[in-house]
Amino acid sequence: MKETPRPLLEVRDLAVHYPVRAPWFFLPAPAPKKAVDGVSFTVPRGKTVGVVGESGSGKSTTGKAVIRLAPVTRGAIVYDGTDLTALGADGFHPYRKKIQMIFQDPYNSLNPRTDVFGILSEPLEIHFPGMSRSERESRCEALLKGVQLTGDDLRKHPHEFSGGQRQRIGIARALAVQPELIICDEPVSALDVSVQAEVVNLLQDLQESLGLTYLFIGHDLAVIEHVSDHVLVMNAGRIVEQGPPESILQDPKEEYTRRLLAAVPRF
Amino acid sequence: MSSEPLLQVRDLGVTFRSGSRTTVAATGVSFDLGAGEVLAVVGESGSGKSVSSLALTGLLPPPPACVVTGSAKLSGVELIGMDEASLSRVRGRRIAYIFQEPGTSLNPVYDIGFQIGEAVRLHRPDKKDVAAAVRRALEDVRIDDPGRVARSYPHELSGGMQQRAMIAMALACRPDVLVADEPTTALDVTIQKEIMDLLARIRAEKRMAILLITHNFGIVASFADHVQVMRNGRIVEHGRTAEVMGSPRDDYTRGLIACIPRLGQRRRRLTTLREELRPR
Repeated sequence: MKETPRPLLEVRDLAVHYPVRAPWFFLPAPAPKKAVDGVSFTVPRGKTVGVVGESGSGKSTTGKAVIRLAPVTRGAIVYDGTDLTALGADGFHPYRKKIQMIFQDPYNSLNPRTDVFGILSEPLEIHFPGMSRSERESRCEALLKGVQLTGDDLRKHPHEFSGGQRQRIGIARALAVQPELIICDEPVSALDVSVQAEVVNLLQDLQESLGLTYLFIGHDLAVIEHVSDHVLVMNAGRIVEQGPPESILQDPKEEYTRRLLAAVPRF
Repeated sequence: MSSEPLLQVRDLGVTFRSGSRTTVAATGVSFDLGAGEVLAVVGESGSGKSVSSLALTGLLPPPPACVVTGSAKLSGVELIGMDEASLSRVRGRRIAYIFQEPGTSLNPVYDIGFQIGEAVRLHRPDKKDVAAAVRRALEDVRIDDPGRVARSYPHELSGGMQQRAMIAMALACRPDVLVADEPTTALDVTIQKEIMDLLARIRAEKRMAILLITHNFGIVASFADHVQVMRNGRIVEHGRTAEVMGSPRDDYTRGLIACIPRLGQRRRRLTTLREELRPR
């Protein structure tokens, strides 16, 4: 039997439940809100797993749970053989470097009060405390070149950039600590179609040159089809269907996926 | 002689002034919009597509910060340069707007019924029964339980319901022209389809003219009769939707269409506008 290589990320029966407060103290608390409820999937090293679903389907929460931005109620998140849910804050610290996130809104996810150098060097100060300032500067300059910006941009502030350029800065910040897995939470949803194409191409180029692994969350089915090696379709906190994009998006088995596809305007 | 279109825009220009700097946001914008027609305006952010629609009813900052030139006639009446009192009778009543983000466009401290009724009270003081008008508007947008929704506050509704409430508000005074500025950009594809189907039905029933501002070519193809493509404040291409989308004459339009990923047509790499516009 051929041994399959160990996946970089394996999520087993993940659940994220949020408690709901009772409207009055003497009333019993309502059932918890099940944002994610029993989700299992694997992300092979160097590949892209796409997650689609409507808002409220739990796709973003799933991604956030992986890097502890959402509380895990149940299940295991196994990263390269280690169950992250079993780790304390200190034990998890090194994984904050290995797993990074790119956010949807490039306008709200960058600190408006620091320049680009400040934005990019902050993660370096945390994860590479021994690095000197000049080392950090040359590193940040290299990072900007990697996302097709220039070293001159280091002294500028976020408001001086367009939406697409800001998203490139967000990508450079995620790359600063040399991660293995990047959780891309709707990274191109807020961008113009012309800019979207450039950012998608950039993400794919970086994946190839740096061997990155992506968990790519989105609601645009065409974008997900384009970037993914494997697709998860989520609804109401569960995975309704998963498989390679050509079978899921060309020949869906589930009614929900069919309904999602039927709603996409074609031309 | 052909009859005059409902909305006739000629050589519309918008210039912003800030200190000694002037920025031309739109220039030479001309189009006709007839009753029951849908004209889509597409372009990237900053192309002037929203600004030129806001200029129609004086929704931009007053001069000298912003100067609007040219002409826009609604049923033969000039809107550009009209005094504020007359404009406020046009706004909402003859030309109504729906905006991109219902979450931020609705007032969080009033219930939906009050906000829909506001336009009715303002434009139709003769209307005795505002509550009935509100209910009718909510029924128009296919809300099953108009009584409950009218009493709800914006935060109690989902994004799709908020957008329906916005449309109901715009429709409450039966406008002749509806300006829909990215009406579905913040919504899921399933909700997007519901909203677009709704607009298509209302347009057919009420012979309303719709100016649809969007960057989604899928919506343009399935919804608009005509399309105009804007770039840097100018219209670069204008024509029937099928012609523009099928065989775009302008390089920019072609590039804009080429860079969109399409379902079932997987490519190794997406074309970018920059590559498409590079001289060959």
